[in-house]
Amino acid sequence: MITARIVFARPSDPRMSLTHPPQMRQETAASDIPAIELRGICKAFGPVQANKDISIRVRRGTIHGIVGENGAGKSTLMSILYGFYRADAGEILINGRPTEIPDSLSAIRAGIGMVFQHFKLVENFTVLENVILGAEGSALLRPSLAKARGLLKDLAREFELNVDPDALIENLSVGHQQRVEILKALYREADILILDEPTGVLTPSEADHLFRILRGLKEQGKTIILITHKLREIMDVTDDVSVMRRGEMVATRATAQTSPTELAELMVGRKVLLRVEKTPATPGEEVLRVQSLRLVDGQGVERLRGLDFTIRAGEILGIAGVAGNGQSELLEVLAGLRPATGQAWLRGAVLPLSGPGADAQTRRATAVAHVPEDRHRRGLVLNFHAWENTALGYHNDPAYNPTPWKMDNDAIIRDTSAKMAAFDVRPPDPQLKASGFSGGNQQKIVLAREIEHAPDLLLVGQPTRGVDIGAIEFIHQRLIRLRDAGAAILLVSVELDEIMALSDRIVVMFDGRIMGERLPEKTNAQELGLLMAGMA
Amino acid sequence: MSGNGRIPNWADVTLVPLVSVLLAFILSGILIWAIGESPWAAVKLMVEGAFGSSYGWGYTLYYATNFMFTGLAVAVAFQARLFNIGGEGQALLGGLGVALVCLYIPWPHWSLALLAACAGAAGFGALWALIPGYLQARRGSHIVITTIMFNFIAASLLGYVLVNVLRPQGSQDPSSPRFPAEVALPKLHEMLALVGIPFSRVPPVNISLLIAVGMCFAVWFLLWRTRLGYQIRAFGESEPAAEYAGISPARITIYVMLISGALAGLMAVNSVMGEQQRLVLNAVEGAGFIGIAVALMGRNHPFGVFLAAILFGFLYQGGAELALWTSIPRELIVVIQALVILFTGALDNMVRIPIARLFALRGAR
Repeated sequence: MITARIVFARPSDPRMSLTHPPQMRQETAASDIPAIELRGICKAFGPVQANKDISIRVRRGTIHGIVGENGAGKSTLMSILYGFYRADAGEILINGRPTEIPDSLSAIRAGIGMVFQHFKLVENFTVLENVILGAEGSALLRPSLAKARGLLKDLAREFELNVDPDALIENLSVGHQQRVEILKALYREADILILDEPTGVLTPSEADHLFRILRGLKEQGKTIILITHKLREIMDVTDDVSVMRRGEMVATRATAQTSPTELAELMVGRKVLLRVEKTPATPGEEVLRVQSLRLVDGQGVERLRGLDFTIRAGEILGIAGVAGNGQSELLEVLAGLRPATGQAWLRGAVLPLSGPGADAQTRRATAVAHVPEDRHRRGLVLNFHAWENTALGYHNDPAYNPTPWKMDNDAIIRDTSAKMAAFDVRPPDPQLKASGFSGGNQQKIVLAREIEHAPDLLLVGQPTRGVDIGAIEFIHQRLIRLRDAGAAILLVSVELDEIMALSDRIVVMFDGRIMGERLPEKTNAQELGLLMAGMA
Repeated sequence: MSGNGRIPNWADVTLVPLVSVLLAFILSGILIWAIGESPWAAVKLMVEGAFGSSYGWGYTLYYATNFMFTGLAVAVAFQARLFNIGGEGQALLGGLGVALVCLYIPWPHWSLALLAACAGAAGFGALWALIPGYLQARRGSHIVITTIMFNFIAASLLGYVLVNVLRPQGSQDPSSPRFPAEVALPKLHEMLALVGIPFSRVPPVNISLLIAVGMCFAVWFLLWRTRLGYQIRAFGESEPAAEYAGISPARITIYVMLISGALAGLMAVNSVMGEQQRLVLNAVEGAGFIGIAVALMGRNHPFGVFLAAILFGFLYQGGAELALWTSIPRELIVVIQALVILFTGALDNMVRIPIARLFALRGAR
């Protein structure tokens, strides 16, 4: 199970190596001494063992992927490496030398740079100001700014890392903001770059560009650790890959000698279906028709710029797009959470988009169910018991309210038990708080609640975000089953694979507009990627 | 995940507040010792003064009744994450409601007067809370700011009404005339006499105590057994989730403030109708603010509020005894009360985290 730990000969005497001139050190360390070696790292949070005896060696000048499901311990491990947490036991060796990393400053000094999933940039500072932030070097800014400007120019030429140094962060695209994060790390002379789920927010072409940058950095001798759950990226760009499962490092493979199927099995610990099995759709009558749907937000920005589409019974319409191009707003408008203008019809009857009747309760009463994108904020009350969450949104249901003044808690609890059994929620305990379930089981609680009310139209956003592979399979099957039972499903997901696998028709959104409609069997990721980037 | 594991529920609601109170008392003891008095004697005096006789019990329960009402008012609002600091003003207005009902309508029997006074107190209190509630719900004015301001407005309004409207001709005292004898509420000693239990006749504890206890139960029932309570709690725990569920934040805010204000207003039935028998300028005497501490310590749960109200009743009554019989200054009693508030309310995590560690250790073994 655990990778054999090979103890490498360290440089004869650590103190000796300190006296070596840097060039010599690099020569001796050329290939056999790993840039990073972790030995027996353990970390527990209370009773939860987040990292169990983790050992890993990252070869210098390679891209090393780390995959694993949510909660497998990847982020904890990287946080230990970057000095956010201290390991309970174990050793960190950087370039063969045992190193203590009590805080992130020590990590930076040891040559480690980190690009977080959620960028840590000051929105109203320029690129240059962000790059030198925390590394100003002197009380006066001008010298560092000049130094940074020169360096940025060099890096832009060398690695396609071009960003306008004087642009404000808030005016940059997500892809460019990510480049600024990489530049920040390089400005601090990072030798080892850790990227945490870097492509989650990127279009496919932006992701390709990022990978070109990473390959360029690798050729310059930088070591890169790439954390992701997308196996395709692992296969594309890494040299080695390590798999984590439930806090343990279960395997390390040379990427060339493994396959996505093997990696998926290692991640889950059993065989999984990567493809969704489904029969062709048999669309029935039209359930939802939307015409020139527009939405202007509080800041006066037009988020939806006139959408037209229909969904029929028994089909899944997939909305593809990079996060933030209006998909979330579309879901919220249709779910009755925010008013918009335009026309809509549900089963031929006018569906009000603002004013009376355009609220979440009325939507549910007309058999529109909604699995929200953010289950922690919207879909669940984390501090509520599972059974209380089962009543969320359906608290007016007559089955739960036999008398006008008292809720029948026992009936809700019984109903929750039944739903938990139907959706294989673990543990099947209605009295457990929602926060006590894993991501996948939380999502199953939400899905069970919405699907079991037999909706005519199901709005579903990011159904498998933060959900482990085993549960993804289950959730996909349930959505297909609901479709086959004759429901219309509007699916919003930033995972292109998911859109391709589930949808019967695909609509691509960019900047609040529909860029085009495609059939999944007659398109590919490249074509959709171009549409997602606004190039039709 | 934040590193400290969880504490079993029973420990969270009993052990943590108990240890907090104990720490506050230890610190108070050190203070008393430092000014040259004996902490042991002080504790003995306080406990005997508050619980040693039916006289002491009577006062303790009288104060506790006030604190139950104001504590529930804060607790119910806080279930919706609305911080109602305006209990003081709402109780003052409740007093006005009680006074109007008792002075201007002739009542044949105290029981009818009590019902009407409850309605008046709750109605006036609710109305006074409705305005900040409406401003929060529809205009986004922060409830903390507006309720504080409404305390001042209430005090000024009451001063005006007492001086210019209710004050009897020729009286120098800014207070209403005495209520007619028919509306005097039965005191606890009269009620206990019915079942043959002797009780001191002096303390003002009266039938409002039963109303307060009933309200504790009613609030519990509202929050955990009704649809409205479900919506209040869902809104309090997560506003986005409540919106998603089709619960209108504005409507819940207004409902909760009405309930909270009504509870705070009801306090006046105890103090104005049950004790003073007339409306005076400072009828509430800070009980509105003590309600915040009571709710904090009672973890915004009605049963917790019940226990915390009795504790604060003890502090009030025991403190008064202390001031009466020792040279410990009255200010120090306020300091003791403040320490209890500080430890149970503000320094909660100081106790909770070590206790959580202990439980984690025990679990690991």
